[in-house]
Amino acid sequence: MQALSLRNLNKTYAGNVVALRDVNLEVAPGEFFGLLGPNGAGKSTIIGIVSSLVRKSGGSVEVFGHDIDREPWEAKTNLGLVPQEFNFNGFETVQQIVLNQAGYYGIPRREANEHARRYLRELGLWGKRNAVSRTLSGGMKRRLMIARALIHEPRLLILDEPTAGVDIELRRSMWQFLRKINGEGTTIILTTHYLEEAESLCRNIAIIDDGRIIENTNVRELLRSLKTQSFILDIRNDVRDLPTLEDFHMVPLDDGTLEVEVNSDQSLSELFRQLTDVGVEVVSMKNKANRLEELFVRLVEQGGSSGAATVES
Amino acid sequence: MQQPAYIRQTLVALRTIAWKETHRYLRIWMQTLLPPAMTMTLYFVIFGNLIGRRIGPMDGYSYMQFIAPGIIMMSVITNSYSNVVSSFFGAKFQKHIEEILVSPTPNYTILLGYLSGGVGRGLLTGLIVTIIATWFTDLRIHNLWITISVVFLTSVLFSLGGFINAIFARKFDDISIVPTFVLTPLTYLGGVFYSIKLLPESWYHVSLANPILYMVNAFRYGILGASDISIGQAYLIICLFIAALGTFSLFLLKRGVGLRT
Repeated sequence: MQALSLRNLNKTYAGNVVALRDVNLEVAPGEFFGLLGPNGAGKSTIIGIVSSLVRKSGGSVEVFGHDIDREPWEAKTNLGLVPQEFNFNGFETVQQIVLNQAGYYGIPRREANEHARRYLRELGLWGKRNAVSRTLSGGMKRRLMIARALIHEPRLLILDEPTAGVDIELRRSMWQFLRKINGEGTTIILTTHYLEEAESLCRNIAIIDDGRIIENTNVRELLRSLKTQSFILDIRNDVRDLPTLEDFHMVPLDDGTLEVEVNSDQSLSELFRQLTDVGVEVVSMKNKANRLEELFVRLVEQGGSSGAATVES
Repeated sequence: MQQPAYIRQTLVALRTIAWKETHRYLRIWMQTLLPPAMTMTLYFVIFGNLIGRRIGPMDGYSYMQFIAPGIIMMSVITNSYSNVVSSFFGAKFQKHIEEILVSPTPNYTILLGYLSGGVGRGLLTGLIVTIIATWFTDLRIHNLWITISVVFLTSVLFSLGGFINAIFARKFDDISIVPTFVLTPLTYLGGVFYSIKLLPESWYHVSLANPILYMVNAFRYGILGASDISIGQAYLIICLFIAALGTFSLFLLKRGVGLRT
């Protein structure tokens, strides 16, 4: 039994706008799964259908073996949703919001209070429990939505861009929290624009573009298929006097900056050796983009995979 | 499905929505409870006291006594409707209705929860206006059961009306159109301020097509013992409307009209 199973999922909005085309996807229990794709690719439509906020045009959805049409009560009981947009009552306090949500799931008040205390504390909102929600900062509002989604302790948690607009420090603390609850057994599906986030958190990812799944694989395997990485080097030398290297392709960017491509059968040691041989002194180095981002851009640009072959360059 | 868990979830969810709705109109009592008290006091002062003294008795009662049940009913109708329409549309507009839609709460529980808010506010406002009415006139209940059942059923009916209006509403203007252009004229022409026996025959028959006439008169019968129409017919009409609007509300929720894309 899968945590989430989508079969031949289709969605056409009014005006004949096709959002999903025969989407098939399975997410195993305990998984930390990433759903990636450019804006308008269909990620939020999938989440909307699973959480029953969007009506599907065809296909089926099961949450832990419960069909959302035939057994909606069981399917919804197992599901927690953190939507992309803030959707709580701005006039209610933090505590009212999470306790009301517990009520909608039938959790008795005493138990709901315990859950609220736990999740508000873990997400750093306990001190704000009596604050009216509209007065919270953006980061606090995001955390409130996570606390609200967890209040009934769902087996499957879906987060739609949970760290959008959140500063780096807070984002990392949220990652830590999500890893923790995933470690405790909650299956997590995450959509994100921060590919570093997906690379850091997810074991498996699916990439969706134009309503189709164009890649569905293990993150490590996908990254292994990346044949070329680009690095930005800050150097002390003047790039105008730079000799060419035998095995590496270099492109000067400005006076003291170079872009170098390194293939998977080459090594950085070899690059540095050749640079040293020609008298180039490297001050610092960074990836041009994170690795998953490079793959993502190539996959989407090429209209997806005919697998890993398309990401080779 | 695990029946005990389902029943517990449904009951706790109903209590949660009902309390949330009750808390909402009590929290903003300056907007929800005070205005009808003020407006209805003015009705009693102007129509009942100042103008009413010149009008003389109607159906054997002083004009103040005659209009008091209608004014109470008018406040119940207006407040039941406006509570549900504004609360449910507000939840749609701010999108926090999604909190309930993603949960396992059944549609009938959502409907009952919002109705409880409308009925609660309608009855509370009716009680406040009744207390105000007793300052101006002597109100003795002729039939307590009819009085309570008619006011309760009317409140349910107009809460359902507000719910349907909120489902179809797309902007704030849409929630004031029905109260302004349908509800208020029908209420004013529903025998609140006059007996329809005073109307020319043709208008008398036109008035019989106004459902609010039956509610106002049935309520007036409960308090004064006087009515222009048959009480049985009034119950039948109210119950038929409740059944029709209730079924339509559940149909709209099931289809996700105005709620799910």
